[in-house]
Amino acid sequence: MMAGVRVILVALCLATPTLSIASSPSFASDGTLRVAPDFTRTDLKGKTLSLRSYRGKLVLLNFWATWCGPCLSEMPRFAAWQNTYGAAGLQIVGVSMDDDAAPVKRVYAKYHLNYPVVMGDAQLGESFGGVLGLPLIYLIDPDGRVVGRYQGEADLKQLESQIKSMLRRS
Amino acid sequence: MKHTAMKAFYPFAFAFILLSQAGPALAEHKPAASIPTADLMQPADLAANLESASAPKPLILHVGFRKLYTQAHIPDSEYVGAAGKDAGLQLLRKRVAKLTKDTAIVIYCGCCPWSDCPNIAAAYDALHALGFTQVKVLYIAHNFGDNWVNLGYPVVKGR
Repeated sequence: MMAGVRVILVALCLATPTLSIASSPSFASDGTLRVAPDFTRTDLKGKTLSLRSYRGKLVLLNFWATWCGPCLSEMPRFAAWQNTYGAAGLQIVGVSMDDDAAPVKRVYAKYHLNYPVVMGDAQLGESFGGVLGLPLIYLIDPDGRVVGRYQGEADLKQLESQIKSMLRRS
Repeated sequence: MKHTAMKAFYPFAFAFILLSQAGPALAEHKPAASIPTADLMQPADLAANLESASAPKPLILHVGFRKLYTQAHIPDSEYVGAAGKDAGLQLLRKRVAKLTKDTAIVIYCGCCPWSDCPNIAAAYDALHALGFTQVKVLYIAHNFGDNWVNLGYPVVKGR
């Protein structure tokens, strides 16, 4: 009898979704992204990058490309922020939407980027609701929730204020 | 004397090194603002054309980037290639090579804000240089997501 109850309890535990942010639907009813979908890619330096591994940090996820002028003008600031706020918990991650990695590697070296960059694709773009124009930035809180979306050239002053405010809270 | 001549050579050498470092990815592009307003087409007008059963359909060519086209593009639009690069321009020229010069063509990109698009003016100029007289350019102010998809105009996915 007790063994039977134990089996049922174990089955119930297995069937119940774990109460975590990751189990929530990614998109709200109005189509906005609530939880950043996880992805795993190899970065330009050959290291495996999983977005989920940055849980606990404030992540600035930057979709960009070498052919996107506004993207290039933002990137030196991102590198500076990684230096300034990295120790406080900021992690910048770049996702290039270029067709091939060669020009991306050139820009990575030219701009002395100090944060990981991976190559994106249509599937990754769609998982974020579509990357249908650049630049595009997501700000993701330490629990993996999307707390900001900036399409087009961002107001970097405002973005930096938001980052500083979030880092103070965490 | 020889030393002075060498000194005069330094600025040229420096400029050459700078230019050679930039590479094709960072090449200056012709701004979309150079396209005459009369040749622009508003998204609403193209969407209405697509909906109309009787309106003659233009040839719609995407002259932007593959990864963006794959995620969402205008139905029946063909992917040509990024016209901001020589390879893309060559593909565009090849695609229209057998068309009559009065073929109605609509080109679009939408990768970036209008003033920053590296492709659209290059594609427009190439078609004009080839003698095409009925070329319209879809005016996408911010990006294809904001100015087409989010307005509920029809899209399809895939290559």
